[in-house]
Amino acid sequence: MDPSVQNSVLTIRNVTKSFGPVMALRDMNLTVRPGRVHTLLGENGAGKSTLMKILAGVYQPTSGTVELEGQPYAPTSPQDAAARGLTIVFQELSLCNNLTVAENILATREPSSMGFINDKALVRQAAEIVRDLGLPIDVTEKVGNLSIAQRQLVEIAKGLSIDAKIVILDEPTSSLSDNEADILFAIIERLKQRGVAVIYISHRMEEIMRLSDDITVIRDGEYITTRERESVTIDALIALMVGRRMDEIYPPRDVDAPATSIAPVLSVDNLTHSEDFRNISFDVRPGEILGFFGLIGSGRSEVMNALFGMKPATGTIRLDGETVSITSPVDAIAKRIGFVTENRKEEGLVLSHSVEWNISMVALQSYASRLGFMRGRAERAAAVDEVKRLSIKTGSLDTVAGALSGGNQQKIVLAKWLLTHPKVLILDEPTRGVDVGAKFEIYKIIRQLAAQGTAILLVSSELPEVLGLSDRVVVMHEGRLSATLEGDDRNPETIMTFATGFQS
Amino acid sequence: MSEQTASNAAFIKIMKQYGGIFLSLIILCVIFSLTSGRFLSVANFTNILQQVAVIAIAAFGMTWVILLGEIDLSIGSIIAVAGMVGAQCFAFGLGFAPALAITVLAGALLGFVNGALTAKLLLPSFIVTVATMGIYRGLVSLPTNGAPAMIDNETWTAIGSDSFLGLPIIIWIVVVLFLINHILLSKTTFGRRAYLTGGNREAAVYSGIKVDRLKISIFMISGVMAAISGVLLSSRLFSAQTNAGMSYELDAIAAAVLGGTSLAGGVGTMVGTLIGALIIGVMNNGMNMMSVPYFYQLIVKGLVILIAVWLDVRSKRAKA
Repeated sequence: MDPSVQNSVLTIRNVTKSFGPVMALRDMNLTVRPGRVHTLLGENGAGKSTLMKILAGVYQPTSGTVELEGQPYAPTSPQDAAARGLTIVFQELSLCNNLTVAENILATREPSSMGFINDKALVRQAAEIVRDLGLPIDVTEKVGNLSIAQRQLVEIAKGLSIDAKIVILDEPTSSLSDNEADILFAIIERLKQRGVAVIYISHRMEEIMRLSDDITVIRDGEYITTRERESVTIDALIALMVGRRMDEIYPPRDVDAPATSIAPVLSVDNLTHSEDFRNISFDVRPGEILGFFGLIGSGRSEVMNALFGMKPATGTIRLDGETVSITSPVDAIAKRIGFVTENRKEEGLVLSHSVEWNISMVALQSYASRLGFMRGRAERAAAVDEVKRLSIKTGSLDTVAGALSGGNQQKIVLAKWLLTHPKVLILDEPTRGVDVGAKFEIYKIIRQLAAQGTAILLVSSELPEVLGLSDRVVVMHEGRLSATLEGDDRNPETIMTFATGFQS
Repeated sequence: MSEQTASNAAFIKIMKQYGGIFLSLIILCVIFSLTSGRFLSVANFTNILQQVAVIAIAAFGMTWVILLGEIDLSIGSIIAVAGMVGAQCFAFGLGFAPALAITVLAGALLGFVNGALTAKLLLPSFIVTVATMGIYRGLVSLPTNGAPAMIDNETWTAIGSDSFLGLPIIIWIVVVLFLINHILLSKTTFGRRAYLTGGNREAAVYSGIKVDRLKISIFMISGVMAAISGVLLSSRLFSAQTNAGMSYELDAIAAAVLGGTSLAGGVGTMVGTLIGALIIGVMNNGMNMMSVPYFYQLIVKGLVILIAVWLDVRSKRAKA
């Protein structure tokens, strides 16, 4: 049967979504056909999630139309979307750990009479759903007692328990083992036979090639192309996905990268954590920017947390040639390691306190007498300097950090670490949720720091960022270091190949 | 000129921070002066300050704990323990200074237990201090089998009844402890770290603040403040009572919260707490003078606390 546009179940036409001046999606077009798996492929931040949230009714498009079975489709909430036959399984787990599997699967739809839940019917119905999907899970177990992978399966079961015409799976295998992934693929196969359309989001190339019927590539919020699986190769897809010219927003190096003869400031040998990463070894020289690239779940942030004493790990860490033991952030800071974490609101800032207090937070003792009395003038002077140096836009130093924009908040986090004059500065997703202007300024700051001799570990999910700034790139895949690339090997195709674990 | 605008700005800032609660205090005073002729007198205000001392000092400690996003429900029991420890010291023939030192140390030790259980076993402080509230209260009765213990040390009892430079000693103690706590909180790295940790514990950990140690220290401050409250209370009663300080923790929490300390942590000042304690003192005193029955007093106090917390939450929401 030759599938034509006529039998499409979902048609997206010229959908655009902007957040203020930022265009998250531009003129998106997509045709999803029943009984087929349609994969969306794109780097982190390419606009996949925005598109999914529009379909789920979380966002409304700025312009453009969506049609579901020929009818206009503009859901106003996920409940609304579900009622129209579209179900979405998000990658973040949204289960209640204190409730049982059955209670979670049938949440808000429990069989009941007069408000009393019929427990027997609840367990029976949930067990049916689980058996139907072939999941090896006891529905009376508390979700909190399940492994992360099992929880992911429960999440999927919950999504599929609604009779849906379209199922969206957002990186469903990110925490599944091969075995469990096979169960999922079997489920997807059965959905296809029932005529359900599946929209699939994943970074794993083998999996995509195995499951998909159609593959659409998105880049920078724009539709690039849709291909049938038979007509593409993995290499071609990777090239389509990253194939952008290097933008001019990455400031060039003013100073040459440090010579390879210079001794490393930080050497990490066989760093291993029981679950998250194994045998990670790398070193970084003063003034060098070492990029860390990997897909979600590759263990990059976990390695950085271990370096900063927030995660127990075995292996050797040497600073300036000396073996050191770092078991807490206090140790790391004493050794002049700084850490701009990926979640600035949770781990970086005290949102309810002032810009000044946040800036002086780590180097606090430098602005106090030996007895611990604050030297208010010294503190204020330092804060004034940093605000000027990083051009932080704030009403005053007394403005609470929570009132500033993402870019300015991120600069405050940078400022608080700069005041400690770090030898090694870890930057985990330093430009996440930051507008383009502030991005450029943050890149300039990173360049300046490197020029002054700070060793920088730059973790990023954005490939252009890693390529645009780093001297060498460490690529991680599923908790292992899959390559350290420099020179000509430091190109998007090679990096992506190692990051997806697909090296021939 | 610029100096004047600077001092104006400072005045505006103070009024923004304490204007509401200070106004409430004045309004309460006006109401009580109109309803009772005896309310507005130097003698009565000295009286209020003396009555409020025990609560105010305990509330200084409580402010630290709440500022950190925790709670200490055991301070009423620590107040009673302190009196009994003092009484037992004298029974063993110790002098005033060693008895006072041991009493204060006992408060620090009980606070340490609260803090260590909270910080090291990762138990919620609410649960920990509900448990130790009972345990400490039980400990009070051990030496005397539940009977009160008389205290006849003259220096100890003089604290509650004598004056110095025309002011009751008890008021001097409140003033000194207020200044110590105020300076520690607003002028030192220790105080700053309490604010930062209360505001965002996770960020504090990542910024190299020793959060566990800070938490234990702060519960120890709370224990010491409660012990000093216990000394004042027992000196005024000339004895250690096993039910002394019963439910004082609630008044201390109320004083701190009335003074603008946020139960979510990160926000609060000693000045606010002092005013909060005064409001409670004025309410108690005024309603007593009006001969309001005790059960009505409870209702009124409860309502005032509810309104204060509601205002606090509402202003938070407006900001967010």
